[in-house]
Amino acid sequence: MDEQYKATTTAGQAPVIEPGYTFGTVTEKISAIVLTRPASNGWFVGFGIAFLLTMMMLYAIAFLFLKGIGIWGVTIPIGWGFAIVNFVWWIGIGHAGTLISAILLLLRQSWRNSINRFAEAMTLFAVACAGIFPAIHVGRPWLAYWLFPYPSTMGVWPQFRSPLMWDVFAVSTYATISALFWFIGLIPDMATLRDRATHPVARIVYGMLSMGWRGSARHWHRYETAYLLLAGLATPLVLSVHTVVSFDFAIGIVPGWHTTIFPPYFVAGAIYSGFAMVLMLAIPIRKIYGLEDFITERHLQNSAKVMLATGLIVAYGYGIEAFMGWYSGDRYDAFTLWNRLHGPYAIPYWSLLACNIFIPQLLWIRKLRTSPVALFLVSGVILVGMWLERFIIVVVSLHRDFLTSSWGMYYPTRWDWMTYIGTIGMFLAAMFLFVRLLPMISIFEMRTLLPGAEVKE
Amino acid sequence: MKRDPVYGIMAEFDSATALVEAARRTHQAGYKKIDAYSPFPIEGLAEEIGFHRDEVPLVVLIGGIVGGLTGYLMQYWMSAVDYPLNIGGKPYHSWPAFIVITFEMTILFAGISAVFGMLALNGLPMPYHPVFNVPRFALASKDRFFLIVFSSDPKYDPASTRGFLQGLQPRSISEVPS
Repeated sequence: MDEQYKATTTAGQAPVIEPGYTFGTVTEKISAIVLTRPASNGWFVGFGIAFLLTMMMLYAIAFLFLKGIGIWGVTIPIGWGFAIVNFVWWIGIGHAGTLISAILLLLRQSWRNSINRFAEAMTLFAVACAGIFPAIHVGRPWLAYWLFPYPSTMGVWPQFRSPLMWDVFAVSTYATISALFWFIGLIPDMATLRDRATHPVARIVYGMLSMGWRGSARHWHRYETAYLLLAGLATPLVLSVHTVVSFDFAIGIVPGWHTTIFPPYFVAGAIYSGFAMVLMLAIPIRKIYGLEDFITERHLQNSAKVMLATGLIVAYGYGIEAFMGWYSGDRYDAFTLWNRLHGPYAIPYWSLLACNIFIPQLLWIRKLRTSPVALFLVSGVILVGMWLERFIIVVVSLHRDFLTSSWGMYYPTRWDWMTYIGTIGMFLAAMFLFVRLLPMISIFEMRTLLPGAEVKE
Repeated sequence: MKRDPVYGIMAEFDSATALVEAARRTHQAGYKKIDAYSPFPIEGLAEEIGFHRDEVPLVVLIGGIVGGLTGYLMQYWMSAVDYPLNIGGKPYHSWPAFIVITFEMTILFAGISAVFGMLALNGLPMPYHPVFNVPRFALASKDRFFLIVFSSDPKYDPASTRGFLQGLQPRSISEVPS
């Protein structure tokens, strides 16, 4: 940590943490948001809207259970529709949290310390939103547990040669490991809140969550080992999750799905949309809670650079898809490309190119990378673009495949929209609760960035 | 069993550097049952108080091996032994298709072992601990650094240990009731 701090202050960049802070002031500033700062009217309004949207989602799901998936726009040949589009979109958004917390930890990027906590929270909530869709999409959701290998009276077992089964294991492992990673990171900060809280209920709750953490050197040693190993495990995991999601498509023979570029391009797209979501959350949060000293221009710039890099990988993926459409000589692949560019869904496809490839190139301009407003807007565009990407992959590939007699069109219904927008509400409601109840920046990891954390011999 | 009414003597320091120095001198002075508390991990501090055996990696390795074996054997047994089903003419034991779930189960078991192994080895959760009886210890989760000599240390003596800790120029010294 020591050399890192020096490196961050001498490289002539914006610092990771503004100078002048001590262990005490960092602790007070972050814990005060949870412990003493009263909830503002803006918080109540924001949470209220998000909560109503969550209720709308529950209503849409309840009606779905009552009527069946016929209320959605899915029909043959488009059997996947919004549910899978939204599932892939949400899972992708989650990936940035693990990237920030695990991969950047292994790469010793100390700037991650101020954004990893809420990026991990974002991961958890995004995975929770994602998990809803396949479960309600199975048709008889009360039998969704059939996906798991449990000894049933029927005697049969799941079909392990299917990528859909791989997905069940990949996503549930990802959810579990993300939750554990988040929780283990919170333990020392729970101890801080336990020792700072004055309200007896808060003391008891934070005390229980802290597991009796007391900061013993032996405990820290094992803790750091476990944290590092968990990061090492989460790194291949996060790359595997979107790879497996892409297998859901790539293993099928549908034109537009059956390509080997899918795994890397899905992973890059996931990180792309995830960083966009991190910025869309971080920019208002740092402003509202006055955390500009901890989430500095450096964090915004670095996130923008990650988006630029992953965005170019995604652009390469689109390029290869188009190239293979021509080069393969396969008439169905060639038609898929033509259909994207000129077919009935041409507007979403051209919008996708604009949102994911052309507009984000603005991030080459340093001035825009350091402007919170510009970054917020570009991130919003990228999130729309990444959603459109999944729409193109799922719907446009399915709607016109090998036989013209089986072509069709997909029109989402209001229930599709209510469920989708409802999950955004659920995600935001969870984030609203998170910033009020838990320290949104890792306090103990921020302490290690301060000059006083260095041991002088 | 009769317990010593005193759990140990605790000294409070202002900086990470002072704590590491104090821990080193205390350990060199022959005190073996000691512990140090800090608000963030300090590299090398655990070694100074004589902690050298970290079993967490071993636990994680075992967890990972068990997870991988569980994942693979589960799929093999279910698909090839207990209920063989011909699916698209693929072999019952289609090992390449089993790799993904084997990998995920390896990560899952290893990750769970890392977290729960670390907690178990640390003896957590432990809601009560005698060090919490010292009111100033609340600062150990904020900006202060503490060193304790346990009364179970063979070299422990109420007066001389206190005197020794006093010589390390701590900010304050407290007796920890058990």
